[in-house]
Amino acid sequence: MNDLISVVDWSRWQFALTAMYHWLFVPLTLGLSVIVAIMETIYYRRGRSREWLSATKFWMLLFGINFALGVATGIILEFEFGTNWSNYSWFVGDIFGAPLAVEGIFAFFMESTFIAVMFFGWTKVSPRFHLAATWLTAIGASISALWILVANAWMQYPVGMEFDPAQMRNVMDSFAEVALSPVAIHKFIHSVMSGWTLSGVFVVGISCWFLLKKRHESMALRSIKVGGWVGLAGILLTLWSGDSSSVDVAKVQPMKLAAMEGLYDGSRGQAITAFGILNPAKTVDNDEDPFLFDISIPYGLSFLATHDMDAFVPGINDLINGVTDITASGDTVRTLSYAERIEAGRRSHEALRRFDVAMASGDAAGMEAAREAIKADYPSFGFGYLDSPSEAVPPVALTFYAFHVMVILGGWLLLFFAAALFLAYRKPAPLKGSRVVQWLGMITIPLVWVCSQSGWIVAEVGRQPWVIQNLMPTRAAISDLNPSTVMLTFWLFALIFTALLAAEISIMLKAIARGPEDHDHSTPSPSVSIKK
Amino acid sequence: MTTFMRRVADLYVDGFRSMTVGRKLWALIIIKLILLFGVMKLFFFPNILNERYDNDADKAAAVRTQLINHHRN
Repeated sequence: MNDLISVVDWSRWQFALTAMYHWLFVPLTLGLSVIVAIMETIYYRRGRSREWLSATKFWMLLFGINFALGVATGIILEFEFGTNWSNYSWFVGDIFGAPLAVEGIFAFFMESTFIAVMFFGWTKVSPRFHLAATWLTAIGASISALWILVANAWMQYPVGMEFDPAQMRNVMDSFAEVALSPVAIHKFIHSVMSGWTLSGVFVVGISCWFLLKKRHESMALRSIKVGGWVGLAGILLTLWSGDSSSVDVAKVQPMKLAAMEGLYDGSRGQAITAFGILNPAKTVDNDEDPFLFDISIPYGLSFLATHDMDAFVPGINDLINGVTDITASGDTVRTLSYAERIEAGRRSHEALRRFDVAMASGDAAGMEAAREAIKADYPSFGFGYLDSPSEAVPPVALTFYAFHVMVILGGWLLLFFAAALFLAYRKPAPLKGSRVVQWLGMITIPLVWVCSQSGWIVAEVGRQPWVIQNLMPTRAAISDLNPSTVMLTFWLFALIFTALLAAEISIMLKAIARGPEDHDHSTPSPSVSIKK
Repeated sequence: MTTFMRRVADLYVDGFRSMTVGRKLWALIIIKLILLFGVMKLFFFPNILNERYDNDADKAAAVRTQLINHHRN
């Protein structure tokens, strides 16, 4: 068992490392493609001005570098599914496969076809067709993200399927239910809009660097306007979809919400913790105060989770022990305690065992009876693997702090874009002379990546121990592997990724330092050069 | 159709020929792809079920055994 835990932990670290590396590139692709498309639209509609062409090509070059460097970083996750997480890969069946196949066939080809026109087609196709290709690249990137996020959302909220013990797979019975679940839709909007936000900061921050260096000031100011508007739209929609996601989490992953807030004992009219320091001595087994220090907003969590200030929000202990509540319609509802769910999960495992025996002996009636028994307790199937109810509690500290870092930085980003736009439109351009604002713009670049990564930590750490909510814990998803192999590949990845990332950042910085080149609009060059 | 295909091919050939984005970038991309597909995938990331079992029924049976027994409390 120690070896098994070791394989699980190393595999989780490896997956986290590769996913976080992948997510360094993806949000910039999602947002910068839109910013480039908007700039090219302005160029196209404003008499082919050479200033806008120059700006378009500069940001397009940075988009291209980011896109090229991010290539294949996502495929590593696919490798890991087949090697480290083979039980999971088989168990999810076509539910995970179908959205990824749609992504591969449709979105990826769309994106990769039009990206070639975008970069190589300046002198080969008409300006109108080129503009269409740029927009289609941006749209293709978002559609590509949609299917990945649908697959991820299903893991958080498994719907639209039925478990078939003969195939040992969850078989999709409603593609629409999988693709259009509220969790999937809100996750898609939240993730794509966070990409717009991140890219807005990237453009504004780099433009601030040009202003600080007193280079390409005209291009920098017009870039701040476009980046600022895209970023402002992005952060507003991120906040809106974040609010909708909170309501989803309260309904389908209440334990994650409790961990996000460090809430052990819930109540009606539950306050939200705006800022807090958790008590490290607090566990589910003792009566310690959860916080060493906290600042709370009365009724805030009830309102955030349900849009009703008096609603009951369960804490970690409430969920473990089972909750009795009265709904708005007056019905008394009781949720099962986790001990009861563990029992239910074990009953479904026993039924699966009977199914296996019946299948081996060709006993059709026995198989059918066992299938029905599995179905009856299937919503608690994953609980059967847990040793105790407290094992269903995610790492509270990491989830809590990641959530609050994300929210605090999200608030800063809203102020940042509002201020950037206000200053960008004022005459005579106060942004040119304010070193403090220019530095704030540059410092915000790493902060927006911290914010973005924190969001995924909340989503993925907060749902532990589940790889599929309530159906499969992470430790049941793992392959029967030697831990030393996983350890070796983890360190190999860590070394390779760190070296490549350092080299890649250096290429990006050189391209930025070189800055935009002037372009005669009558003879646009095929690409912007950074060759030394 | 042939003309269209030729124009598409020209787009890529001329595009790559005239591309002047630094050699270092392309070297890194190629090194990355070789490391990922030629080394990591080949030697360290086999598909466990495909490698150990021949057909879907055997894979299902293996996963069922794992999920019934291996992680049993």
